[in-house]
Amino acid sequence: MAAERFDAAEIFGQVVDAARALGVTEIEAMMGGGSHALTRFANNAIHQNVAEHDRHLSVRPVVDGRTARAGTNRLSREGIRAVVEQAIAITRLNEADPELLPLADSAFIPRVDRFFGTTAHATPRERALAVAEAIRVVEAAGQTAAGIYSTGESTLTLLNSRGLTATHRETMARFSITAMSVDSSGWAKASACHHADLDPVALARRAAAKATESQAPRELAPGRYTVILEPAAVLDLVGQMFGDFSATAIRDGRSFLNDRIGKKIFGDNVTIRDDASHPLQSGPPFDGEGVPRRPLMLVERGVVREIAYSRQAAAVSGVAPTGHGFPLPNELGEAPGNIAIEGGDSGVEKMVASTERGILVTRFWYIREVDPYEKIFTGMTRDGTFLVEGGRVTAGVRNFRFNESLLEMLSKVEALSPAVRASGEEAGDMVVPAMKVRDFNFTEATRF
Amino acid sequence: MKDLALEALDAVAGRGVSYADVRALEIRDRDVTTKNGKAGHVSSSESRGIGIRVLASGCWGFAATDDLTRDGIARAAALALEIARSGTAARKHETTLAPEQKYEATWASPCAIDPFAIPVDRNLAVLLAVDKELRRNPAVSLAEASMHFERRRQVFASTLGSLIDQTRHTAGAGFSALSYKDGDIQRRSYPNSFGGQYQLKGYELVDELRLVENAPRVAEEAVALHTADKCPEGEFDLILDSSQLGLQIHESIGHPIELDRVLGSEANYAGMSFLTLDKLGSLQYGSPLVNVVCDARLEHGPGLGTFAFDDEGVPAQATDIIREGRFTGYMTSRETAAAVGETRSNGCMRADGWARLPLIRMTNVSLKPGRQSLEEVFGADHAIYMETNRSWSIDDKRYNFQFGCEIGWEMRGGKRVRMLKNPSYSGITTEFWNACAAIAGPEHWTLWGVPNCGKGQPEQVMGTGHGASPARFRKIRIGSAYGG
Repeated sequence: MAAERFDAAEIFGQVVDAARALGVTEIEAMMGGGSHALTRFANNAIHQNVAEHDRHLSVRPVVDGRTARAGTNRLSREGIRAVVEQAIAITRLNEADPELLPLADSAFIPRVDRFFGTTAHATPRERALAVAEAIRVVEAAGQTAAGIYSTGESTLTLLNSRGLTATHRETMARFSITAMSVDSSGWAKASACHHADLDPVALARRAAAKATESQAPRELAPGRYTVILEPAAVLDLVGQMFGDFSATAIRDGRSFLNDRIGKKIFGDNVTIRDDASHPLQSGPPFDGEGVPRRPLMLVERGVVREIAYSRQAAAVSGVAPTGHGFPLPNELGEAPGNIAIEGGDSGVEKMVASTERGILVTRFWYIREVDPYEKIFTGMTRDGTFLVEGGRVTAGVRNFRFNESLLEMLSKVEALSPAVRASGEEAGDMVVPAMKVRDFNFTEATRF
Repeated sequence: MKDLALEALDAVAGRGVSYADVRALEIRDRDVTTKNGKAGHVSSSESRGIGIRVLASGCWGFAATDDLTRDGIARAAALALEIARSGTAARKHETTLAPEQKYEATWASPCAIDPFAIPVDRNLAVLLAVDKELRRNPAVSLAEASMHFERRRQVFASTLGSLIDQTRHTAGAGFSALSYKDGDIQRRSYPNSFGGQYQLKGYELVDELRLVENAPRVAEEAVALHTADKCPEGEFDLILDSSQLGLQIHESIGHPIELDRVLGSEANYAGMSFLTLDKLGSLQYGSPLVNVVCDARLEHGPGLGTFAFDDEGVPAQATDIIREGRFTGYMTSRETAAAVGETRSNGCMRADGWARLPLIRMTNVSLKPGRQSLEEVFGADHAIYMETNRSWSIDDKRYNFQFGCEIGWEMRGGKRVRMLKNPSYSGITTEFWNACAAIAGPEHWTLWGVPNCGKGQPEQVMGTGHGASPARFRKIRIGSAYGG
């Protein structure tokens, strides 16, 4: 069920008319919607199989230095008028904000092409057949498979009464698989805007191989180990810190970058950019007010260089906005969302070969912040944790709990692989390398 | 709404389905927040849509739409059937359901004060009064306060002949004070972290919480933590306040008893459970003091897991999960109950909206009150007392956990002797619950709301309820979050 396209101009015309009838001329409208389908499997069979279609309109008037937002999915003439009336009513009851800016002016937004018709129209049978083939791979290894195959399309359009129009249309496909033996498991996942770029069978083979190689896991004592973190593990852990690269977070005192801008906090080999136009990235090239996203050099050779600014945060600081603001009103301000960490030339195999004793980690799980300023995080390893001895993988090991500071971890990176688009479960998809890190802090081990 | 639900049911009934149900929903919510003396997020939204679930060719199919025209419903119905039939490409057995009766009912949760009748400026006035109190303390860098209200009406119709019209009102409110000083960030929250307290109530919840009265103490504690001693590392007796114990129940009892996890349905994402079927009735989950119930009935209290019927038309029930320490029950659905030979679901299927499939979710999973006085709970010679969650993490089979709290106190002979910053504790689920040495009585029992429980693919966010009184645990590992 492909999504019906919005007639955004027609809807916005109704929004403007309804606002004018109430004496309001400054108004912004955000329209989103799409169709998403997901085929889920477990115990080597499809068990949940879903699709959804939705559209959404939210409007934000600006009246005498006040603003508020109201949303609806009733896109009839009556529904549109009602949501505008509601937005204006709560805006007028709101407190004035002396820092609130007028609506954004129109600006040139570079186009990114992330829509593929065949992915938008992928059928339930197409997904089911791919899932069945992946299950056969895992079954052939004597294991049990669970996972998902999803495809979908979404559209986001932002318009305002100052003439700004910003539109982004995108497709997205994800395939994730867990292969389980009696006492071990393996996992692999990938995402792409074009579903033809995914290879479910290859991912199934990878998950099954990990489950096989980690059978009869050994229990190791917790402690500090050299670790080789595959890209998904890097993504989910390092991805936790980017909300702090925000001018508003720093002003609030909730960012670990307070008193650290311009300082060297990571190793020389850590360089991190935010780039909405990166060919392996996804998402719209504009922010929640329609400001074009500009590339940021967040960390250059370990030194914090740039942070994100929404329009309001930029005005407070006397700089230009970077195009990373969240839709208003909000308390968080802004954050970079298209992270690309510069890679190196050492593949995972090379990292293993150069390691006398260490742990190879497929992915992390249930990562939570322990200390907001030292950026200590805790979490577990999961679905493929291996002992490396003498330059090769020698055994699976029981899963560890870690408590590790990102400040320390990113100062102890010994090698990086080329960066790839990685997909995990605890942070948004990013372009990241695998990393070899010394003295990673495992504090406990679990029972499996 | 009823007409929509019945129209959608008609669109799939008789087209080769062995079972079908439909949920038509109308959801309205409001969020109001303040930050450092200004309005933060002021918004309202409404959403209407329909979800159609069919069992055809032995496989499930589900399609949801907000296009509520006759054509839109017909398209969604056809898609649900197409999806179900596609599932035969990877089918191992025909899905069967535990029997259930037909119900016709209309139910609304108690709501003394309709929150949507209270104007936004009155919400803001309360929150800004809290904000002002917090920022009287000049060392508070960030004062945040919030309210959230939701009204959700759902009409459920199924091919069993059930037609259930249910309306639930939920409310949440709370605040926090953050202080940044010399490379240290500390935060205190009230009445709980991550948004405060959430219950199945109307605006009366806000009045009950006494937000303004508690603001000065919370601000003072946030600032005092900078100069507090660091929580020691080692093995100590541990006392938890009821809100932290509520989250401990959620993570180390609530999730492992989900029978879909046990049977592998969530293996790729949320994980599985150490509570394999052989442990039912035999595992000593906790000490004999530990009694846990899963109870969705209104008489349990106004929890986020309170309702009249679950989202596959099964009436709310109470199930003993742990009785005097012994593991006695799972949370089930009609499908999983049938899979393990149970005669009936205990009514735990819930969906987070019209666009999502019902899954087994916690209702109100609560630790029953104990018989000890508060003095007895706190009466250990030497213990660490922790309040208000700061971080939480547990492995994918729910064995090994680690929690951090906002504030700790070293206790000697029942008296607080010093404040402790950055407290944390960790352990193995069954070892922890078997170390339970004292639980305070019903007068100290609070039914807490967890509004943000994630599960499923695509992910669903659900509100769950957890009642607990303060309790003491023997020889727990403390401080490992900062160890190593």
